[in-house]
Amino acid sequence: MTPSSHECCAHHLHHHELRVEDLRVSYRDVLALEGVSFATSCGSCVALIGPNGAGKSTLLKAIAGLLTPDDGRIFWRGTRVSRWSREIAYLPQREDVDWQFPITVRGVVAMGRYPQTGWWRPFSKTDDAAITRALEAMDLDALQNRQISELSGGQQQRVFLARALAQEAHALLLDEPFTGLDRTSKATLAALLRTLAREGRLVIASHHDLETVKDIYDEVLLLKRRTIAFGPVNEVFTEENLQASFGPMEKNGKAAV
Amino acid sequence: MIDWLLEPLQHSFNQRALVAALLIGLTNGYASAFVVLKKSALKVGSLSHALLPGIAVAIMLVGLHDWSAFLGALIAALLIGLGSLAVSRGTRLDQESALAILYTSAFSGGIILLRRMNVTHEMEDWLFGNIMGLRDSDLWMNYWISFGALAILTALHRPLLMTLFDAEVAATLGVPVRALNYLLLAVLIVVLISSLQAVGCMLAIGLLVTPAATVYLLTDSTGKLFWGGALLGSGASAFAVLAGWWLNIEQGPAIVLVLGAVFLLAFLFGPKYGLLRKLRKSTHSESIS
Repeated sequence: MTPSSHECCAHHLHHHELRVEDLRVSYRDVLALEGVSFATSCGSCVALIGPNGAGKSTLLKAIAGLLTPDDGRIFWRGTRVSRWSREIAYLPQREDVDWQFPITVRGVVAMGRYPQTGWWRPFSKTDDAAITRALEAMDLDALQNRQISELSGGQQQRVFLARALAQEAHALLLDEPFTGLDRTSKATLAALLRTLAREGRLVIASHHDLETVKDIYDEVLLLKRRTIAFGPVNEVFTEENLQASFGPMEKNGKAAV
Repeated sequence: MIDWLLEPLQHSFNQRALVAALLIGLTNGYASAFVVLKKSALKVGSLSHALLPGIAVAIMLVGLHDWSAFLGALIAALLIGLGSLAVSRGTRLDQESALAILYTSAFSGGIILLRRMNVTHEMEDWLFGNIMGLRDSDLWMNYWISFGALAILTALHRPLLMTLFDAEVAATLGVPVRALNYLLLAVLIVVLISSLQAVGCMLAIGLLVTPAATVYLLTDSTGKLFWGGALLGSGASAFAVLAGWWLNIEQGPAIVLVLGAVFLLAFLFGPKYGLLRKLRKSTHSESIS
């Protein structure tokens, strides 16, 4: 297997499908998602868009196997996702992570090898090579021995991506990856996400900045507890759909497309 | 002078106390890294208070044997830990509030029970420790607890650290997060119990937090946090036992006090995160601007 390229996905497009059917998730008594269905596949960059509380994080966590749905099913490559999968990587919001934790950049990326190494087996040459490759792909090799507390926001996000690469994940689920980044880091991250999708991975990210959606993503899932619309960005990312998701926009609101 | 320094070592109960201090300090110091990274010092401290009523009930039911106090303490801590979880899940109360109610109630009950039994003179030992009163069998129990705890914690080091760093990501990588959290808490309780005879249930949490917390101010390396904590824990405990003999002060409080003093030094003079360093940095940057 040539690990840097990911052409396996492109060759078997029909196998690498993520399908969500009639998903329903609730926290205790509070309904978070209901009747959510969509299907997408490797090679696509999908934006999850919706107002706060629309269930974007919930959907990502459900696909990652962190939440048990009340109802509905999630299929990855035709197999039911019930718990975790090495092929699906979850990248949490940066603010959910304790950046003071005493660990180096390489240490975080190495965590992606856990499915291969298990509890105590030392890292093999393959593991080390995968970690190094992931660091290089995210342009972090110079920073690999730094403490994670010393990183900028953009670098922190790239550490998460590198961990997903070390994991050799096919699908990447990102929760608000652009939030809190400066302009340069945003541009870098957007380019990286495009590259990862072009190499054949499935990238799904919750996204707030409506102005950049068309530049970054191929498909859009508009969410407001239910699926408002799903499809190619040109067809779905319309004023009408946005209003259905966010409610009536202010005249010169940010959301005007 | 040399004679005065070495004199304590000529007595077998002192040698035993010293070995116990090294063992208990080592295990607690190593485990303290998990408490610091888990940020759960207060929770573990509450559970250490829950040990006392367990001991009281165990003595009342089956008398004081080698393992009865140990088992009683273990069961009480588990009951109160799980009880607080049940209360917080069943009501709108948070777990820390539930824990505070449960452990203070149990602790009060334990005090009243212990005073009514014929072990009154030992009450202070349970509260503040009496490392000089150790018997050989206690030493063996400490040895097995230390060995078991260190074996489990080092074997599960990788998944435990992943869980502590980010439990959700760890779960998506196949780490059994929930089971590990329970296991870690159970190991910490057992380690607490092992230090009961040295520092008592009031002070146990000091020994199970301070070593790694001190090293945390000095290093960014996870490995150093664990083994540095173990080294500091055993070194400070052994030194405190000797100092207690030389200066004729109680060894249990001496252990915690020595650790506290080392922490203060690290807090003030730590080369990277110390207070003085920070002050100098801020005055330096002011003078530049």
